[in-house]
Amino acid sequence: MSLDISKKSAAEGHVERKGEDTKSDKVVAGVSHVMLTLWALMVLIPLGWTLLSSFKTTTEIFASPFSLPAVWKFDNYISAWNTAGIGTYFFNTVIVVGFALVIVMVLGAMCAYVLARYVFPGSRAIYYLMLAGLTFPIFLAIVPLFFILKNIGLLNTLPGLILVYVSFALPFTVFFLFSFFKALPKEIAEAAQIDGAGEWRTFFQVMLPMAKPGMASVAIFNFLGLWNQYLIPVAINTNPKNYVLSQGIAAFAGQQGYAVDFGSLFAAAIIVVLPVLVMYILFQRQLQGSVSAGTMK
Amino acid sequence: MTQATNEVQPGGGVVATVRRRRKKLTFDKVSFMAVFLGLPLVIYLVFVISPFAQAVYYSMTSWSGFDNNMPFVGFGNYVKLFNDDIFMISVRNSVILVVFLPVITIVLSLVLATLVTIGGSSRGQIKGLKGAGFYRIVSFFPYVIPAVVIGIIWAQIYTPSNGLLNGILTGIGLDGFKDYPWLGDARTAMVASMVVMVWGFVGFYMILFIAAIKGIPAETFEAARIDGAGRFRTALSITIPLIRDNIQTAYVYMGILALDAFVYMSVLNSTGGPENSTLVMSQKLFTTAFSKSQFGLACAMGVVLAVITLGFSALVFLVNRITGGSQDVGE
Repeated sequence: MSLDISKKSAAEGHVERKGEDTKSDKVVAGVSHVMLTLWALMVLIPLGWTLLSSFKTTTEIFASPFSLPAVWKFDNYISAWNTAGIGTYFFNTVIVVGFALVIVMVLGAMCAYVLARYVFPGSRAIYYLMLAGLTFPIFLAIVPLFFILKNIGLLNTLPGLILVYVSFALPFTVFFLFSFFKALPKEIAEAAQIDGAGEWRTFFQVMLPMAKPGMASVAIFNFLGLWNQYLIPVAINTNPKNYVLSQGIAAFAGQQGYAVDFGSLFAAAIIVVLPVLVMYILFQRQLQGSVSAGTMK
Repeated sequence: MTQATNEVQPGGGVVATVRRRRKKLTFDKVSFMAVFLGLPLVIYLVFVISPFAQAVYYSMTSWSGFDNNMPFVGFGNYVKLFNDDIFMISVRNSVILVVFLPVITIVLSLVLATLVTIGGSSRGQIKGLKGAGFYRIVSFFPYVIPAVVIGIIWAQIYTPSNGLLNGILTGIGLDGFKDYPWLGDARTAMVASMVVMVWGFVGFYMILFIAAIKGIPAETFEAARIDGAGRFRTALSITIPLIRDNIQTAYVYMGILALDAFVYMSVLNSTGGPENSTLVMSQKLFTTAFSKSQFGLACAMGVVLAVITLGFSALVFLVNRITGGSQDVGE
């Protein structure tokens, strides 16, 4: 429909140059607002409904999807945190993602820097090897990975999980930072070395600080990717004590069919969503900048 | 990617004349290379590349995982797979996902991105819609929610008796949907699952396309407008051709996600759904390996999945190349 409207606006365009918004402008804006609002509602209603349901008792949830809770039950949150173990899982996730993120950022930056700045036999091959790690599905690796960890005794441990997170986040990190380091002017590193800085110092005191914007973007994406990771922990981290949030809440939802406490399930979902959502709203400018940085390469 | 490497190095010609430093292996240099390149590379080789290679070998054995006895069966596993009806159903479902999911997601996010960026006034500067910031922020929400939680929330929405969807449908008078099991009926389970994935990704690609559209110089749009192109024409003839490389990247990513789909499918219907209508390859692989301990067979599935993934990516690149895209991206 917007086709006819806009065509008309183009035809009439030069007739009434001065007016404010033309009628067709208003129609287009109106239609756009309606469609975008519909999508926004599509996003918000399920989330709002989850929030509402997280305060209801199971009986109330069964009674009607829309009713307001008779009493706003914060107990659901307490029972999700304690009984369902979301508290422990939360703690595990913070540890695993925290360590993995720091390690992968340091290793990835170092590797990308060497690949971008030095030409040596095999550097191209290493670059393509990294690219291969990005394209092959993780499912192909999952069975052998299980046995590699078993053989070195790291299966079902948090350090093992951290190590695997680091390895699988590495190709993306290197790939992204490679183009970033490549774009930094060579002269600066050369100037630092003429001033007497060794290779180590040049990297940590000169080049790394210059790569901060790129590092921030990659760190945000790695954080989201690792925080939401599900397959890897389900396969190689099967001890319930070491569960991370995603697998913990999935296990909790899985047993719901029998031990019905839907209020707590909704509360658990809110607990998992809220911290990341709040962080997103606080840092959304930075994050959306990252998306554009990632695509404008 | 290679584009960037070609463009950079302003004043590179000057540097070339600078005298090359002598090559000398100092401790500084050796330790630097060992740690900076060696350490990440060893980790990467051990935990990423070697499992990929091992999987290909295991796929030709009938290994059960409990002992070191790995009878070599050659292509026996692959023959077995192609005669396995349930596995072929999972292949069919994965292919359905990879055909439809990227198209739906990308068309929807392109439309929304276009509305946000050029829905504004046609007078003066080209500008976006009022309140565009709000739509951008809200649309991105699903991307920051863990996929597992998205699955759990939607499983509740689809609940037959007290879910949100049937509540709304019966609320507006469509009583036929009372107690309708969206995920429990083979006719709707797949579509319902696809809706969940589209919901989860549209916002991300919308933001990506908005960023790409904003990267197009305003003069280009102004020129199109002076030539008399309306908004629809501008979107089709200017915007889409100029961001086609972004669309290609998005298409490949979304296809890879569609071929995975493990999280969504296993949370929405843990056993593959009614009549295996939502069983995908990744789920079948996972149960074959970790529930049935048929590790050799599972690895063969992994290889099939990898081949389909690579074939899909190659196809997208090829189609984009043939239809005239990315002339400026020298490989």
